[in-house]
Amino acid sequence: MTVPIAYYLVLSAILFSIGVGAFLVKRNIITIFMSIELMLNAVNLAFVAFSHQRHEVSGQLFVFFVMVVAAAEAAVGLAIIIAIFRARNTLNVDQVDLMKL
Amino acid sequence: MYVVLFFIFAALCVAGALNLLLQRHPINSALSLIVVMVSLAVLYLLLGAEFLAAAQVIVYSGAIMVLFTFVIMLLNAGEEDRAKSTSRVASAAGFPGVVALVCLLSYVYLSEKVHLGTTALGDQLVSTSALARVLFRDLLLPFEVTSVLILIAILGAVALARKEQN
Repeated sequence: MTVPIAYYLVLSAILFSIGVGAFLVKRNIITIFMSIELMLNAVNLAFVAFSHQRHEVSGQLFVFFVMVVAAAEAAVGLAIIIAIFRARNTLNVDQVDLMKL
Repeated sequence: MYVVLFFIFAALCVAGALNLLLQRHPINSALSLIVVMVSLAVLYLLLGAEFLAAAQVIVYSGAIMVLFTFVIMLLNAGEEDRAKSTSRVASAAGFPGVVALVCLLSYVYLSEKVHLGTTALGDQLVSTSALARVLFRDLLLPFEVTSVLILIAILGAVALARKEQN
């Protein structure tokens, strides 16, 4: 009983697309940030699948580095969200549009 | 067995991601994202990446999502109002683009299905020592650079989230 690697890649594509869709639809800045994390996870799955297919360890290490950078990014991003909430008193991205043309 | 496990957790992944998209309250979205991440950890185990499965549970669903739920509760984020949300450009160009993307990628992957090969349970298990050998020999410099990155991230997070005193 085997599963084709292609199925893992298709699953990763589906997850990434759902992440893009949530990024476009959602108006809450925290949920938008969470959909970015979903996209990162989808790409990680593709990395692990290709690493399994090519018998390469470095693919998994790339995922490790993505995790580390995602953790740092989440800390800084959430601090920025807290700062925005202090300044504007809202989490809706439509009301944080000072730099919009 | 392997196929059953794969499809159960793949379905759980997609269901969690769709729930993230459909829920209005951010805390529900955060909890469904945890479901996605834990099922991804099981999929990593199925692919033989045992260290990454553990790291996924500890780092992602443990640390990052706790931070998310903490911030959601700290800021007392409520339900988003659906009425005036979703800009017209996003729904007009975004959704067909997303559907086209997933169709294109699925077509490419499924047409290359034979060349990509298959995977069975336990056919290739990457041990933590094998990972460490590459990480601390070939990738030592990037590993040390990430420590600097994390240090800067800690300082930046503290500086950004601190209350202004004036």
